Amino acid sequence: NIVPTPVKINLINMLSETGLQVIEATSFVSPKWVPQMADHTEVMQGINKLPGISYPVLTPNLKGFQAAVAAGAKEVSIFGAASELFTQKNINCSIEESLERFDEVVKAAREASIPVRGYVSCVLGCPYEGKISAAKVAEVSKKMYSMGCYEISLGDTIGVGTPGSMKEMLTVVMKEVPVGALAVHCHDTYGQALANILVALQMGVSVVDASVAGLGGCPYAKGASGNVATEDLVYMLNGLGIHTGVDLQKLMDTGTFICNALNRKTNSKVSQASCRL
Amino acid sequence: QEPQASGLPEYIKIVEVGPRDGLQNEKVIVPTDIKIELINQLSKTGLPAIEVTSFVSSKWVPQMADHKEVMRGIERHPGVQYPVLTPNLQGFHSAIAAGATEVSVFGAASESFSKMNINCSIEESIERFEEVTKSARNMNIPVRGYVSCALGCPYEGNVVPDKVAEVSKRLYSMGCYEISLGDTIGVGTPGSMKKMLEAVMKEIPLSALAVHCHDTYGQALANILTAIQV
Repeated sequence: NIVPTPVKINLINMLSETGLQVIEATSFVSPKWVPQMADHTEVMQGINKLPGISYPVLTPNLKGFQAAVAAGAKEVSIFGAASELFTQKNINCSIEESLERFDEVVKAAREASIPVRGYVSCVLGCPYEGKISAAKVAEVSKKMYSMGCYEISLGDTIGVGTPGSMKEMLTVVMKEVPVGALAVHCHDTYGQALANILVALQMGVSVVDASVAGLGGCPYAKGASGNVATEDLVYMLNGLGIHTGVDLQKLMDTGTFICNALNRKTNSKVSQASCRL
Repeated sequence: QEPQASGLPEYIKIVEVGPRDGLQNEKVIVPTDIKIELINQLSKTGLPAIEVTSFVSSKWVPQMADHKEVMRGIERHPGVQYPVLTPNLQGFHSAIAAGATEVSVFGAASESFSKMNINCSIEESIERFEEVTKSARNMNIPVRGYVSCALGCPYEGNVVPDKVAEVSKRLYSMGCYEISLGDTIGVGTPGSMKKMLEAVMKEIPLSALAVHCHDTYGQALANILTAIQV
């Protein structure tokens, strides 16, 4: 179901009040491919942009980049993958070709002084290829970093990773990209996300992607969960005494808002637990 | 168990508590034959230990009222342990009569929880368990000890690691071969797990410890990973 533009804007505005410093707002991709993001321009122009908060948007190519900048974007992201088959199926070209497209975006972004974040999908497994070699992840990450991405977010796209494979992958990637420029984006499809994130933290990673209420399912496993819930991540980090600046209660309230608007239950265990109180 | 190069153990013993701890929290009374079928299917999975039922008064835990029938009705696979809960001597005798060959006793690291859960102080509960472990020793029946609220209590809130260590030590000294440390309300996180284990490990060898993590706040696997790393 397409979420109405005002709901998206309200969600982002509520998230802006929680202490989060980075909120991925939308994607400047053709509505033919991703109808849910068709209102990208309206959303970008409609949200309150609080000082100190970054609102990156996805830009798959130069055209998207230009539309994003015209709509007021100040940070963009590009989405690569460590799997040839995934790249073919997802964006209809090879990894090499995708990197060439991204290079155009990065060059234009540099001219406009716009920071670019790079994502690498399928770092711990691919829905088509199965096992993914850590060396391949390191190779793609290095290329994107060298191109000019300030940070590389490593995504366990189908959530198949476990602490063992996370450790192995990071060990190899950290030889090519400094740990200060790495982030992890773990899916909770198999319930492994927090354990995987913990291992990443132990290895020095200090940027973690998460989604309020665990929004976002898995397009490759019907009914499965997708993103790790920001609430559950914050709960763990609070318990570890790690500072995030995020107000858990405000975050849970935001989760409640969007779940009501979407008429669905939250995927956050912390939210579920708190409802019983 | 020798640690691997990664520092992690080579083998982890998983104790399946679904048929007891799991079903006990279900609102609907599960028919006896379904409980038996569940345990029989679990016996085929390779799990080394399956907690079968609880020999507690049916007045307190109606779900476990059929404890005798379940104990007598299940298939006993060789190499699989089938422990049962025995809160006191009476329950212990009943369990043995029904064919139990391993029992568990359930303590807590919180006075309030002990009073609300089993209607007596921690000290009084320890005395009851001592009766059980004495009888069990005479009959060569191994006893596993549980410590609830190891990382937090629904009534007291924060629980001091030294208290967990103290109760664990009492249970271990009285003859429990293993102490299962339970995060009863799932509030623990890797930080509090580590602190608690460090305190308990001063009193009890690591090989005699187990963790029983609830996933109420989605922290279970991260907490378990932390325990494994210790």
